[in-house]
Amino acid sequence: MALLETITAAVQLTPVEQSHLDQARQMQAMSFAVHIPLTCFGVAFPALVVFTEWLHLRTGDPLYRRIARRWSRIMVALFAVGVVTGTILSFELGMLWPNFMGSFGDVFGLGFAIEGFAFFLEAIFIGIYVYGWDRMKPRQHWLCGLPIVATGVLGAAMVIAVNGWMNHPGGFDLVDGEVANVRPWSALFGNTFFWHELVHMYVAAYIVVGFLLAGAYAWGKLRGRWGRYERTALAIPLTVAAVAAPVQLLVGDWAAREVAQHQPVKLAALEGLQETTKGAPEHILGWYDKDTGEIRWGISIPKLLSFLSYHDPNATVRGLDSVPPDDRPGPINTVRFAFQTMVGIGTALAALAAIVLFVRWRRRRLPESVWFYRALVLAGPAAVVALISGWVVTEVGRQPWIVYEVMRVDAAVTGAGGVPVGYALLALVYVGLLAALAWILRRLSRMPLRDDAEVLT
Amino acid sequence: MHLYDLPLLFALIGLVLYVVLAGADFGAGFWQLVAGRGERGRRVREHAHDSMAPVWEANHVWLIFVLVVMWTCYPEAFASIASTLSIPLFVAALGIIFRGAAYALRAGTSQARELRVIDAIFSIASVLTPFALGTVVGGIASGRVPVGNAAGDAWSSWLNPTSVTIGLLAVALSAYLAAVYLAADAVRRGDAEMEQAFRLRALGAGLVAGGMAAGALVVLRDDTRALFDELVSGAGLAAVIVSALAGLGTLLLVRARSYERSRYSAAVAVAAIVAGWAIAQAPALLPGQLTVEQAAAGDDTLIAVVAAVVAGVVVLAPSLGLLFTLTLRGSLGHGGSGEEHGPTAVAPLGGAASAGAGAGGGGAVAAAGVTDEWPTPVHALGAARNGLLARGAIAFAVLGFGFLTVADAGWAHAIGVPCLFAAALLGFRAAVPLD
Repeated sequence: MALLETITAAVQLTPVEQSHLDQARQMQAMSFAVHIPLTCFGVAFPALVVFTEWLHLRTGDPLYRRIARRWSRIMVALFAVGVVTGTILSFELGMLWPNFMGSFGDVFGLGFAIEGFAFFLEAIFIGIYVYGWDRMKPRQHWLCGLPIVATGVLGAAMVIAVNGWMNHPGGFDLVDGEVANVRPWSALFGNTFFWHELVHMYVAAYIVVGFLLAGAYAWGKLRGRWGRYERTALAIPLTVAAVAAPVQLLVGDWAAREVAQHQPVKLAALEGLQETTKGAPEHILGWYDKDTGEIRWGISIPKLLSFLSYHDPNATVRGLDSVPPDDRPGPINTVRFAFQTMVGIGTALAALAAIVLFVRWRRRRLPESVWFYRALVLAGPAAVVALISGWVVTEVGRQPWIVYEVMRVDAAVTGAGGVPVGYALLALVYVGLLAALAWILRRLSRMPLRDDAEVLT
Repeated sequence: MHLYDLPLLFALIGLVLYVVLAGADFGAGFWQLVAGRGERGRRVREHAHDSMAPVWEANHVWLIFVLVVMWTCYPEAFASIASTLSIPLFVAALGIIFRGAAYALRAGTSQARELRVIDAIFSIASVLTPFALGTVVGGIASGRVPVGNAAGDAWSSWLNPTSVTIGLLAVALSAYLAAVYLAADAVRRGDAEMEQAFRLRALGAGLVAGGMAAGALVVLRDDTRALFDELVSGAGLAAVIVSALAGLGTLLLVRARSYERSRYSAAVAVAAIVAGWAIAQAPALLPGQLTVEQAAAGDDTLIAVVAAVVAGVVVLAPSLGLLFTLTLRGSLGHGGSGEEHGPTAVAPLGGAASAGAGAGGGGAVAAAGVTDEWPTPVHALGAARNGLLARGAIAFAVLGFGFLTVADAGWAHAIGVPCLFAAALLGFRAAVPLD
């Protein structure tokens, strides 16, 4: 009891000021960084599994069934971890940002309500699909896979609708600083940010899943595992990624133009553009110098930024100086590096995809070079890095606002002490969780399936 | 009943379902914790795990449902609760992580030593989470959550007699529900030993839970007098009596080995407790601070949520029905995982796989050996059709580039994105499968 009192006293002495804002933000960011890659497997992976099972139904080839079945077990393991990390996020929304939830929960909450149902259905049908392989009729079983695909997309769409609203808020009025006349449907779905964010993330999910999965089999090939099973299991996700990666270049360009139009300060941050400029140049690489407001050591391409943003080489691009320093995202270089990382990796992945499609078209086979497979092993983790970088761009670039130009993060954060303790604990738990996840995936990839047993006996 | 009450009713129904369904999952973890060692203990743990694995995710979602309805429809109350009670909520969240991770991990192991570690983590989390969530309920019910950002005491809001009592009651109820369900499952599987084991556990846990519920009333009388007064008069008293009768009925049904019916009476007992709490606390959402009416969001939001919930239930009900039908019928076998868990099945397979690994992986050997006689997938699509698909893909890609990238208008983008998706789909179909 004495110990408890000491701890209590220590925690209560911590100032209930904004001192925990940074930790709260980092804790939230960490939770998202763990959760978002997992959600890709909820969005894109079911489609791959269901497609592969469909190939089995169509051709009768048991190979496809075996692939789909093994993938479905990986899917359910990742889904389970995604469920819990997603639950943490919904807890954190209230625990870390009570004023945000208290003021605006009624504006955007509807999105989560629909997401909850989508997620519910996904959980139900994943349970049926994964545990129903043996005792359901093949066609029935396959049909039970389809709702997983649909609900995965629907759930992601709802969460992104909320994020789109945070970046481009609407659907309510401010009357004397209080939220009034809430119009939840138009807040979420009558929002221009919803569409490009959704499409960008949706395509990203296929790229991440495609390259990660293909990369796992590429790793196997480099170590000599290259039977018909592995070739097929590599070809399907690789083809998915190969058609998705080039599409993402165009979608990303569209998203950037939307940002230029609706969040000019974010665009200025991700380009490191200090002054409002007519015919602004694009800088590749380099470093934003806080004191001079210039990009150092960057490669400058004249007028390209104006052209990319507004399709006019002489268009005026707003700079950071168009708003007071307090209204700019703090760490400009973080946003800028994240943006360049995302674009760089995305372009490299599209190039890899072009190689795949070219070889497929001209030679009607998979690439054979060992360097291709080495690159493919790296492509999966690189896609995850690009994914996280993209979210850093949109979320850190949104700062200092939690609701863009309406509520600041420091007005939203909890007054409760103990954020650093929670942050440290959660970080420890997540390290353990990811280690355990790596262990289980390795185990699942080696565990023989029952079909194999039938084949062997 | 006003419009502003309706979402709260949904949340309470969600809470009842969470307690009844997920509570049983947590309780299964409790029984794993006290299963003991040796072969019998292992069988208890296996039985508890196998019964819950296909349904736990669906059961868990009820908690998310409650949270979401609360923060959308009663944002101020939700913010006050979440910030003041952040410590027990965080503890519950950690428990949920461990529990979910344990389910994921268990699929990948068959070694007794690893299983023991995973089961231990799982069990501790299973006890911790209902306790923490129970203390949250106690904090709200005893009026210790003031309106505001972390306005209440971080510790005494959940470490108080009411909270601790409800927390312990939550653990006992979970264990009781789980024992009843697991006994019923054992009957369906024709496992007489497990049926007997869980029948005894159900009877014991039922007595303990009933005793604790009665004891909770005494604690409430001292600690939260207003709530107690409402519980022993009028509609509150009716709910308490219903709960007591249903609890007693469940014990008799379990004793008579009528497990399927006892599932429902146990659920009624729990539902009556939650209903009693709601009746006793009405019209306050945060007692002494905020009524439901004051806490409710605007009508447009409430209507939207009610519409979403109704629409959701229309889709959800048949899906849940399918899940539980398949579960009860035994169609959701443990075909893959079950056999691999068993020590007999793993030994020969493991041997074969490691032998095969030397020659390039077990799967590869198996695949190469047998599947050659099957038609290769390329036959599924003729070359001519492939060419057509590829040309279609290129055409759509050009259209997509034009409408999305070159054009600036919103309507053009709305055409461009589907064009790009069509291009990707056709391109995928043209390029896959390859062999």
